[in-house]
Amino acid sequence: MGFVKLYFRSPPAVIGLILLLLVLGMAASAGWLYPKDPLALAGRPLIWPFTNPRFLLGTDNSGRDIAAQIFHGARISLQIGLVATVISVLIGITIGAFAGYYGGWTDTILMRVTEAFQTLPNFLLLLVLVAVFGSTITTVTLAIGIVSWPASARLTRAEFLSLRNREFVQAGRTLGLRDASLIFREILPNALPPVIVYASVVMAIAILLESALAFLKLSDPNVASWGNLIGIGRDVLRVQWYVSAIPGVAILITVLAVSLVGQGLNDALNPRLKGR
Amino acid sequence: MTPILVLDQVSVKLPKGADRSHAMEEVTLSVAAGEILCVVGESGSGKSMTANAIMRLLPGGVTLDGGRILFEGRDLAGVSEAEMRKVRGAGIAMIFQEPMTALNPLRTIGDQIGEMFEIHTDLAKSAIRARVQALLEEVRIPDPLAAAKAYPHELSGGQRQRAMIAMALALDPKVLIADEPTTALDVTTQAQILELIRDLQRRKGTAVLFITHDFGVVAEIADRVAVMSKGRVVEQGTVEAVLDNPQHAYTQQLIAAVPPLKAPPPRAISDEAILTIDHVSKTYRTGGFLGRGQRVTHAVKDVSLVLPKGGTLGIVGESGSGKSTLARCLVRLIDPESGSIWLSGRDLASLSKEEMRAETRNIQMVFQDPFASLNPRHKAGELVAQGLIVHGTPRAGALKRARDLFSLVGLDPAAIDRFPHEFSGGQRQRIGLARALALEPKVLVADEPVSALDVSVQAQVLKLLADLRARLGLSIVFITHDLRVAAQVCDLVAVMKSGEVVEAGPIADVFGNPQHAYTRALLASIPGRGFGLKEAVLA
Repeated sequence: MGFVKLYFRSPPAVIGLILLLLVLGMAASAGWLYPKDPLALAGRPLIWPFTNPRFLLGTDNSGRDIAAQIFHGARISLQIGLVATVISVLIGITIGAFAGYYGGWTDTILMRVTEAFQTLPNFLLLLVLVAVFGSTITTVTLAIGIVSWPASARLTRAEFLSLRNREFVQAGRTLGLRDASLIFREILPNALPPVIVYASVVMAIAILLESALAFLKLSDPNVASWGNLIGIGRDVLRVQWYVSAIPGVAILITVLAVSLVGQGLNDALNPRLKGR
Repeated sequence: MTPILVLDQVSVKLPKGADRSHAMEEVTLSVAAGEILCVVGESGSGKSMTANAIMRLLPGGVTLDGGRILFEGRDLAGVSEAEMRKVRGAGIAMIFQEPMTALNPLRTIGDQIGEMFEIHTDLAKSAIRARVQALLEEVRIPDPLAAAKAYPHELSGGQRQRAMIAMALALDPKVLIADEPTTALDVTTQAQILELIRDLQRRKGTAVLFITHDFGVVAEIADRVAVMSKGRVVEQGTVEAVLDNPQHAYTQQLIAAVPPLKAPPPRAISDEAILTIDHVSKTYRTGGFLGRGQRVTHAVKDVSLVLPKGGTLGIVGESGSGKSTLARCLVRLIDPESGSIWLSGRDLASLSKEEMRAETRNIQMVFQDPFASLNPRHKAGELVAQGLIVHGTPRAGALKRARDLFSLVGLDPAAIDRFPHEFSGGQRQRIGLARALALEPKVLVADEPVSALDVSVQAQVLKLLADLRARLGLSIVFITHDLRVAAQVCDLVAVMKSGEVVEAGPIADVFGNPQHAYTRALLASIPGRGFGLKEAVLA
């Protein structure tokens, strides 16, 4: 059964994909639709949306075009989400694979480290990291990746535990394969599907974490991220609520899209789990 | 005798995209009270679908599309779901292959049997308890009082199957459908369960529809036999008629594929030993803290055996006898605790991990499950070439060799680009064999290589193995629970029980004149012994 065909059988998954393509489209067309710096002053501050054709989504409290910030923000959010997810999943897979494959002391030590990370609320840890290493977009992305790997490590470890004694792994061992090729060529490809699905959750969380940081004005102020815009809107939240609400909706749509796509991937990768 | 359950031209349609349009086509069967009808066939023949169709437990997308299922003269195909529920359990009961998965692990055996009465009758709690006890006694479960309070995992496989039978018989059903009820059990337990079913059926006059793939079981228990192939009943008749004088070509082929129990005349074997197992032991310890309250299991206990060059050493025994652990010790998947394993002058047991990796060239393993032993993400050719590549053959050369090996084991060399799921069970086992042979090992350890295969495919793989043994001069350690198979392929045999070898020697001696009581019990438990011997006489 074709994977693509299975994926497209579920309406929520298709909706998620359309939304995600929409956000990707915004990111791709930002430079072309709004060639000017989105953080430059463009007009009178606090114009309501749909009142001035030049500023379709209005302006914020310093007079910057909200629409331009939303389009450019899509780039930043997706970039942060993607890079942080890759970092976190790579760390998680490596640690989980070694812990699950070797077991014993290796497992005990690696899992205690994982638990140490898990017991700290990850937003708190993120705040500490940003406070220590500064808040450029690079450090923020790295920090988000570093705080969100434990779950994928546990997931990978669980998969490895159930796969490492399968007959095909034993067969590889009797052929004289080295541990590295057993881990990465034999077991990992079979352990990957649930981790890939989980990566969509990590990506959604990464986007939310960045917005939360920005809301506290701790993210990189020199980029047009959605979180920064929400943070700016906080000062005028009671009257000009749209300044925070518009980027809020953008974040909502992106996170929803990523989650729906992840759920769709899950159903398509494990067709039997879904009720017939 | 008037039949109590009649299937009249029943057809069951499969969803689109399945490998055939119908799971059952115009199946006509009947069972009378006090009669055992065996439905026999290979996997995919539609025999389990027959049971599911009667109980109307068809999987999603599979529909009944013709014919009548008459139970006591009433057509079950037409009744409502509510009426069907009354028939299930009370009128027609069913027992399944794997009692561990058919029982609820979170409720006691007594509770689960009692549930039958709670649903179908309005007996008082105390009356139900008494009935449950009586039932458990009837199925001769040891210590029925304790068994009623036990959870499924606390009972052995045979006891669980007895509990399942007690549950099925709770409401005195007119018809009992048994879907491979002894396939998951050891041979001695199987013999007991078959005897129990036979005995209960005689006493209560139940009609039994017994589904099996094993002609030995058929010979043991059946009054009448229906042979199914690809969803059709190809032959039907009394057990004597079908087994002794099969008419249909398919039945003849199936019966010919059942390995006779009598060993072929012994082959000449060299005196030179290639593999010597010398006092090997492996113990498992579970639970306990700092050595206190530990449970110690002697999986392999002081085993010494010799495999002569070019010979086949069979290791037989029931589950838990340690035969698989021993096989895994030989290839160092498990490290033995003590003892040595001498392979052409080197002690495998004392090699370091790195040295053993090099030594894998000389000793290879074939696994039981053709589905689990091939990595689903690699192409077949890749799987076969893997070992060669690891041991230093360049990739192109290894893939070329994989093609040669494919034709050696009777597969199309062009198929190396296909993934494992595109092959059938028998073909997959051939891939497994090709993979093991790629390194040209001196010794092949085969762990139940044919137990997951249908009898006709099993015969083909065994023939291939014998052929390769002759052509390549292989020495084989052959692990099996099936004494018929052992009789066919092995020169020497060792019988294992609870980790120990209780008897060993040339196969004709051990099977012809068993010395140890356990060997005799094993041989006596083989279903349909007379059937196998008769075949041998005919041949």
